[in-house]
Amino acid sequence: MTELDNDKLVWMFTQMLRIREFEERVKRTFEEHPGVIRGHTHLADGAEASIVGSLATLKPGDQLMATYRCHGYPIALGTDTKSIMAEIYGRKDGLCGGYGGSMHLVDPERGFMGTSGIVGQGIPQATGLAFAAQLRNRSHPPQVVLSFFGDGASKQGAFHESLNLASLWKLPVVYIMENNNYNVATRSEQEDANAAAGEPLSRKAAAYSMPGVTVDGTDPIAVYEAVGAAAGRARAGDGPTLIESKVYRLSAHGNIIAPPGVPLHYPEHEAITVFGNRAEYEAALRGDPVPRFRARLVEQSVLDQARADEIAQGVRDEMDAAVKFALDDPFPDPEAAAKIDYVYA
Amino acid sequence: MAREIPYIAAVQEAIRVEMERDPTVVFYGQDVAPSDEDPLVQAFGRQRVRVSPISETAEIGMAVGLALAGYRPVVELLMAEFMLVAMNQVVNEAPRLRYMSGGQVKVPAVFKAGYGFTAGWAGQHTGSIYGMFMGFPGLKIALPSTPADAKGLMAAAIRDDNPVCYLINYLLVLEHGDVPEGEYVVPFGEAAVRRAGSDVTIVATGWTVGKALAAAETLKAEGIEAEVIDPRTLNPLDTATILSSVEKTGRLVVVDQGTRHGGASAVIASEVAEHGFGSLKAPIAQVTALDVTVPYSEPMEAYVLPNEEKIAGTVRQVLGEAPVAA
Repeated sequence: MTELDNDKLVWMFTQMLRIREFEERVKRTFEEHPGVIRGHTHLADGAEASIVGSLATLKPGDQLMATYRCHGYPIALGTDTKSIMAEIYGRKDGLCGGYGGSMHLVDPERGFMGTSGIVGQGIPQATGLAFAAQLRNRSHPPQVVLSFFGDGASKQGAFHESLNLASLWKLPVVYIMENNNYNVATRSEQEDANAAAGEPLSRKAAAYSMPGVTVDGTDPIAVYEAVGAAAGRARAGDGPTLIESKVYRLSAHGNIIAPPGVPLHYPEHEAITVFGNRAEYEAALRGDPVPRFRARLVEQSVLDQARADEIAQGVRDEMDAAVKFALDDPFPDPEAAAKIDYVYA
Repeated sequence: MAREIPYIAAVQEAIRVEMERDPTVVFYGQDVAPSDEDPLVQAFGRQRVRVSPISETAEIGMAVGLALAGYRPVVELLMAEFMLVAMNQVVNEAPRLRYMSGGQVKVPAVFKAGYGFTAGWAGQHTGSIYGMFMGFPGLKIALPSTPADAKGLMAAAIRDDNPVCYLINYLLVLEHGDVPEGEYVVPFGEAAVRRAGSDVTIVATGWTVGKALAAAETLKAEGIEAEVIDPRTLNPLDTATILSSVEKTGRLVVVDQGTRHGGASAVIASEVAEHGFGSLKAPIAQVTALDVTVPYSEPMEAYVLPNEEKIAGTVRQVLGEAPVAA
């Protein structure tokens, strides 16, 4: 697409690196600072190209909602990584003041309207944002909503109900299914009729009379073009599109939790731990979207190696600072838990 | 100026008045205005008044999204039990998003549904299930018992910045009463003293308010003066008005159309037991539906529900005027 000038391509590369580096720091926290992260975290490593390619299509006023695997979106939107890491560490200056944690990042000022920790339940909420956008669009430049969810969510009733309504009402929403082929440890072909039949999951769109597109989610430009076309369609009032963005999660579903709930390190991917299929995982690693995109930009002379190294160093410095800030940041006052203004507006 | 209109018309009037007043109010749901001739469609157009498919999770989830985006949706859900299909959105999304965001967002949405249709609708359309909603901080609950409250509480629900379960009692929809014209708001968290009395406090909700008032008239003939309090909203719950009444009367009977265990009645009784124990001259008594699924056949249905006689009988027991039943 002609819109992707060199500055934007470098921006995309930088955001992919920032997401990757951030997630590496979350992962390392389990080893370097055991006990600092509580509960369950879910990493976006492997999905960087899909996230960044999608968000690169956004215009001012657009909004999005996502799932509990949510660190990547606000990072790319420009939310301060210090506040995101502090939230994951449960600290006072965290993005949500320590009330939400890793699964519930929210930054409405940047259009990131939140997540659901329950599979599929953010889809109708994003559809409601699109309903609002449709009401506003009568007097404003047309706005679009991106609804991110996983392949597992497409077996939820919320998916079916929302896509039917969005298509019926021609709502300006793009449904982006990040298909990593695993529901925790269950492979898609074990739980999805389309997958079992060897068909793309984007085929589900036909049931709702909307376009369904499958795209290589490890290629940020392919994602940008697919989401951009869908967003254009939505802005024109032609309704929603379902995009199946095929990614490979490079970490396990989440960190291990040992009884009685102490979070431990990330185990190896379920392809290895459950199915003994190391070859599949290693193939995915060879297709790692981050180094691939770097090589592509260097090859196309968008970047030289020195500039790419410089960007990478800047990202490492940023994440060093984020971890340091979060470790040093105090915990919230316990009494803040009873802050009635947060229970009731 | 007030004039007599039915309870159900008062609800619709509140929605119309609030939609006129605030262009961010949106009304949709199953069987809402399928005809373009519908007065609400005529007044506000098809953008703001929509008929939706039978998709409770999407309807309620979309209301959450609309609310996050600055609108004030009113979702017609017809029957309270239909919310159970989408319980995650009602209790685990709408009331929690503000808190989990550290106060960054708000969710002003009204989930409008009927309940308590104990008129031969058998086990799955008759429940008074609001007790379960009381366990979710952030979720408000309104239970109008009069046409005026039906209007005023709906207006308050729409103007409230939080998710509200606004529950219409289906046995009351054709009851007539004085309803103010124009804008009319009944604030949440303010119980109504429906009848003053000095001997016993009866706290009654929804449809049972009328039953309690009828029982109070029967008891008056026996020289017993009952004070009848209608909480109007269960969250917020006006415990102050209830406690100050119990301080005066020393006796409490709680009446509710719902079942007892884990229900609204048990919550009210526990508040008074904990905070008003010193005022009590007799144990608190509850008159609720029996802890069974509501049966279809008329005599059985009547048997499980609270009624005027059960309320009066329980008041006599609390006053020591009748033997306590085993």
